[in-house]
This record gives sequence, structure tokens and C-alpha cells, in this order.
Amino acid sequence: MKHHSFVRYTAAALAGLLTAALPVTLASEGTVLATTGGKALAADLPVEIAVLTEAPNVPPPITRRHVAKVVVNLEVREVVKRLADGVEYTFWTYGGNVPGSFIRVREGDFVEFHLNNHPTSRMPHNIDLHAVTGPGGGAASSFTAPGHSSRFSFTALNPGLYIYHCATAPVPMHIANGMYGMILVEPKDGLPKVDREFYVMQGEVYTGGRHGEPGLQNFDPIKAEDERPPYVVFNGSVGSLVGDKALQAKVGDNIRIYFGVGGPNVTSSFHIIGEIFDTVYLEGGVTPAQRHVQTTMVPAGGSTAVEFKVEVPGTFILVDHSLSRAFNKGALGMLKVTGPDNQLIYSGKEVDEVYIGQASDAGFAASKREAELMLAKEKAIAANPQIASITRDIQFERGKKVFLTSCFACHMANGEGLPAVFPPLAGSDFLKADKDRAIKIVTKGLSGPITVNGKSFNNMMPPQEFSDDQVADVLTYVMNTWGNTFGSVSVNDVKRVRAENK
Amino acid sequence: MRPPAAHPSVRLRLRRTLAALLGAVGLAAAQAEDLGGGGTVLVPAGEYLPLIRSKDEPERVPVAAFRLDVRPVTNAEFLDFVRTHPQWRRSRISPLFADQGYLDDWAGDLELGPKAPADAPVVRVSWFAARAFAQAAGKRLPTTAEWERAAAAGFTQADGATEPGFKATVLAGLTRPSVMPLPAAGSGRANAFGVRDLLSLVWEWVDDFNTAMVTGESRGDTGLERNLFCGAGAAGVRDPSDFPAFMRAGFRSSVRANYAVPNLGFRCAQTP
Repeated sequence: MKHHSFVRYTAAALAGLLTAALPVTLASEGTVLATTGGKALAADLPVEIAVLTEAPNVPPPITRRHVAKVVVNLEVREVVKRLADGVEYTFWTYGGNVPGSFIRVREGDFVEFHLNNHPTSRMPHNIDLHAVTGPGGGAASSFTAPGHSSRFSFTALNPGLYIYHCATAPVPMHIANGMYGMILVEPKDGLPKVDREFYVMQGEVYTGGRHGEPGLQNFDPIKAEDERPPYVVFNGSVGSLVGDKALQAKVGDNIRIYFGVGGPNVTSSFHIIGEIFDTVYLEGGVTPAQRHVQTTMVPAGGSTAVEFKVEVPGTFILVDHSLSRAFNKGALGMLKVTGPDNQLIYSGKEVDEVYIGQASDAGFAASKREAELMLAKEKAIAANPQIASITRDIQFERGKKVFLTSCFACHMANGEGLPAVFPPLAGSDFLKADKDRAIKIVTKGLSGPITVNGKSFNNMMPPQEFSDDQVADVLTYVMNTWGNTFGSVSVNDVKRVRAENK
Repeated sequence: MRPPAAHPSVRLRLRRTLAALLGAVGLAAAQAEDLGGGGTVLVPAGEYLPLIRSKDEPERVPVAAFRLDVRPVTNAEFLDFVRTHPQWRRSRISPLFADQGYLDDWAGDLELGPKAPADAPVVRVSWFAARAFAQAAGKRLPTTAEWERAAAAGFTQADGATEPGFKATVLAGLTRPSVMPLPAAGSGRANAFGVRDLLSLVWEWVDDFNTAMVTGESRGDTGLERNLFCGAGAAGVRDPSDFPAFMRAGFRSSVRANYAVPNLGFRCAQTP
């Protein structure tokens, strides 16, 4: 297949387009209702069966660089599923889940679409793909009674991330019941490579009962008309992206989320708490439209692809930043990132201390007296040799964590360094000789020749962006481990040396 | 299997003769004994409010009094019919009159089997087959106007739209997937006219199903589409919040006369 001429495929697709515009021929009553020349000419194209995935998974990127005929088989099923803990709902689905299966094709592909309505369905259904250029987006051609199957074809003329949804009356009900999904038409040259791709869609559910009311809930047409949804959810249910179902990534990954809003009514203020979107493909286009975005607005029946690199570990929360929806209605998901800390980018909590603020004179005096007493108490505690020992042990353990995050890569886990490259810390005469010099090196860095234990080193150590506590902790650690007994470093020592070396 | 002593052809002919005789002498009430034994009720003259209409069409369509089966036709009754009308058996029917799903739940040509309980409504019947049955029974299929007129009644009031909770109950029933095998026909609650299972057991054929939303020459000026799609579906509609009416109209326009759909059955009507 790969030796086939690209020009030939393109020509075939173009010819298909031209003939598709000609009048169709109605066949006699039977399974085939119409034929077009496009279909016959598309017969020359290589054929692929589309890989369909359930959210949050995305089919693999398309690597071929020629057009193909892509066959999509999508099944409509009406199923009772979990909406929230203890709450069930009759969802109408494309593929058995909400949102519907993710479809991925390439710009110029000739798509042969089969919509199969399961025999147990009560309702007729159809599909309107916003990626289709033609009346109804395929809706009229795919209108399918229960236990029947419809076929139509289209050429994916425009690249982009498109919503599809059921367009059978009453449409808001079909969509609110879960009949939406997305189709990605990749541009001819593909999208930039990323490490992970996810598929997330937001939609509202109009239950008769209030949010959380247990049991099988019915669709409430009045709430739908008034746009008062008890549920606004990601990927079809409360908690679909939480706990062990959270999106997973590793520090350093470049991530792309294909985010869409099925609606039927509510626009999303899509935001990830603790992340900034490096790139936003606004409104589902394929051109990076904006960079460094905090919150992006995604309309009902619209989409946005966002890209970002995860720099630090932790749990990042996906929300609709219209926050009552996240807090009260379910529009909340999680992205769990694992990997090493980077305290330069994010330190965690460094200080929690008394803040007096603006108080009355009497209050101020009382606060001042309280602060003095607290200080006296801390001094008394510090003077207690038993507590001092525990404090040093705590400092030692904290320092060990800092060392194993930032220092061990060069000085090695046991402080032995690398001969002729990185000086040792274990048994180092250089370290033992001058505590203040050690503080200055950690906070300001050091470059140029030095002699350690009789051996010379000529390298560069960058300044470490540590807090005063971290400097004191890590130096106390390296000065009291691997056999070293070089004394300890206090926060006040660090403050003093920093001040002297401004 | 049905007992061999049924002699359905004789029974049928007797019934039809009896019905015609009784009808001729004006004993309408006695017609309750019909082919299926489910009985019929008289739906009094009234009005039908079409969901969708052109500017030239009246808002209210008068509907003359008619008789309607209390419940949908059952598998057992349809089995009687195909015994006496072999051309409507599964193995013999022309694809012009029914697609390949025709009576597919039945175990055989003349055997119902576990998926088609005798007292459950017959489904997977085409419009042609439903019409043939009605004709054989000396009846006809109801029109859309008649069917909707009967279905507009609530459980306790002649106008269900004003009965508290009625619409919600109907919609709730429609949003659940069909339960297979289907429960017995006639087991649902009777409406104010005494008709059962109109609204949520199975869909039902009407005689003029294909006029649901056809764009004809006479109404070309309305710009109506055959199918109600997306937002356009609400244009020119009596009451956009009447979701069950949309669902019925949508269903009718999704089928063709030879379709045999898993949850589509029928009941018969008569002009008194």
C-alpha cells in the first residue's frame, strides 16, 4: 500500500467529491437507498477500519501521509449506567459510554460511516458530525430506527477537532442523555508530537431529583428548558476522572487534552488548577492560537485542544471554573503526575508563622506580649538538650530529602563525589574548614579551582535556590553523615551569611 | 405451540360474520368481542392538536368518534393470523412487505418461543403486515389523529396535559430502554378512555405514519423538513416542550413501511 501514489489518492478523492455533487440515484425499496459516484471512485483508496476509543483514551496518531478510505462503525445503545454514587440514569450512547467513542481520521480521508442502532433501543437516533460538510452534518442520512443500520459517506475536508451529536428531536434531550462525542480530523502533516493525549468532554444531566438523590433518575424536561442542570460532569459521570481513574502522567511529559463540550446548553470555563496551558488550539482549530492560558472558554457544541508540559509532581484538578459546577455538580477531574520534585519551580509550604496584622493598641500589646512569650518558650525548648537533639534529628532528615533531590546527582548518594570532576563531601577537609564558606557556596555557587583532600578540582556549581531552612538542613545533613562530625548550621547562620554576601 | 384444536380460520370467519351482523343491527357494545379478545372502547368525538402544521392547516383537527382496541395485538393473536394467512408467515413474506427482522423474535414460522410470550404485544411487524391483520379482523389501523386523540387522555382526566404528573410519567416511561421479552399487553394502567399501554409499552403503527413530516407539494411553502433535526426541529411546532409528541413524530418518520422494528407493534381501530 505504501508504494501507491499520493497523487492518485488525491485525484480519486477529488473526483469523488465532484461526482458526489451530482444527483443521486434512488434504488428500489431495500437496503441500499442511494449510490454515488464518489463511492465507486473511492474504491481505489486503501481501506482502514477506524480505531475507536473510550474516554479518556485517544486513538494513536495517524502516521500515514496519504488519504485513505476510513470505515467507521458506531453503535448506538441505550443503557442504564452510574451517574454518581448511588445514582443511575438511562444514558443514550454512541458506543456504550458517555462521551461517545473518539474517532480519528486525516484531512482528505473519505469516511464511510455506519450508524448501527441496537435492537434494544427505544428511540430512533442519528448523528450530526460537525466535521461533515453537507446538510445536517449527516443527520438526515443517518436517521436510524431501532434494530437498523444506516450508511453515509463524506470527505473530511477541514482539519480540526469536531463535536458529533445526535440531532433527533427533541435534540436537547438526546444530547443531555449522553449522545455526543468527538472526531479529530488531523491536518495533512499531523499535529506536533506529545507524550500523552487524553479525551475529556463536559455535559449536563437534567435529573428529576436534586444532585445526589439516589436511585434511577429520569430526565426532567422543565429543568432542561430552564437550563438548571443538577449535574455538570466530565466524561459522563461524577468522579469519572478521580482516584484510580485519574489521568496519569510523569514529570516532564508534554500533554495534549482534547476537550469538548457536548452541552446541550452550558458553556465551560475549562481550567486546570496548578497548570498553565502552554498552547491553546482555540475553538478546535489546528493552528496554535494562544499561549500561556489560564482558563479557556469552550462553547456548547464546541471544542478546544490544549497542550502543556507537567513540570512538577502532584495532583492537578480539571474544573469548569464556573466553580459551583465543580464544587456542587460534578465538573471535576484529576491529573496525577508522578516524578521528582523541582523545588525551584514549586517549593511546597515554606513558612507558617504568626501574622499580627492591624489590631487595636490593646490587642497589639497583647499580641506583642504573646509573641515575646512564644519566643521565650522556643528558647527554653531549644535550650533543653533532649529537644535540641530531636530538633537536630528532624533537621537531619529534612536535609537528607533536600540532598537526595538536588545534590546527589553530582556529589553522589554517599557523598563520595566523582574523582577529578565533582569533589567529595564525605570526609572533606574543605567542607570541615569553613562553615560560612559552605553556606556561601550553596547559596551563591562556586566556580574555579579548589583543593579538596589534596586533590584539585576545577568545575562550576550553580547557586541553589533553597530557602534558609533548606540550606541549614542540607548542610547540617552533609556535615553529620558518612562519618562527618562537622557541627550544624542554623537558619540564623544562613541569614547572616546571605546578608554578608548580598 | 398452540393446541391443534384451535381451528382459527373457522373461528375468525365466525367472528367477522358475527361482528358484521351485530354492527348492522347497531349493537356496538357487543363488538367488544373481537379477533384478539382484548376488547375495544369507544373514544368519543374530539379534537387532535397536531405537533407540527403548516400555516394553512388548522390548529385543531376534529376527530370523529371511533373504536380502539384496549391493548396492542399480541403474539398469540398474530400467530392465529399467520396460520390462516400463510403468505404473512416469516418464511414466505416478500421482502417488499417486510425486512429481514420480520417476526425475528419468534422461534419459528408457527412457533412463538421464549422471546415472544403469547400475551406480549407482537413486534417486528411491518406496516403492511399490521394492515393485513387489521383487514382480516374486519378493522383498520388508527390514523395519526385518532391515535394521538386517544393518547392525549390522562389516567383520570380526558386531557392529560392538565393532569398533574401525567406528562412526567409518560416521558419517564419513554426514556427507559425496552425490556425484553416484553410484558403482557394490557397490563398497564388504563387511561380515561379505558385504553391501555398506549404510551410506553411499544411504539405503534398508525395508518398514515409516513405523513408525519413529509414535505409535500401542498405544504411546500412551510419549509418543513421530513425529519426534525437539531434546533430546526422546533420551528413551527405547537409546543416545543411536548417531548413525548416529538419522540412519537420522530419515531414515525424514522421508519419505512417494510421495517420490522424490535419495539414497534400495533393495535386496531374501527369506525363505529
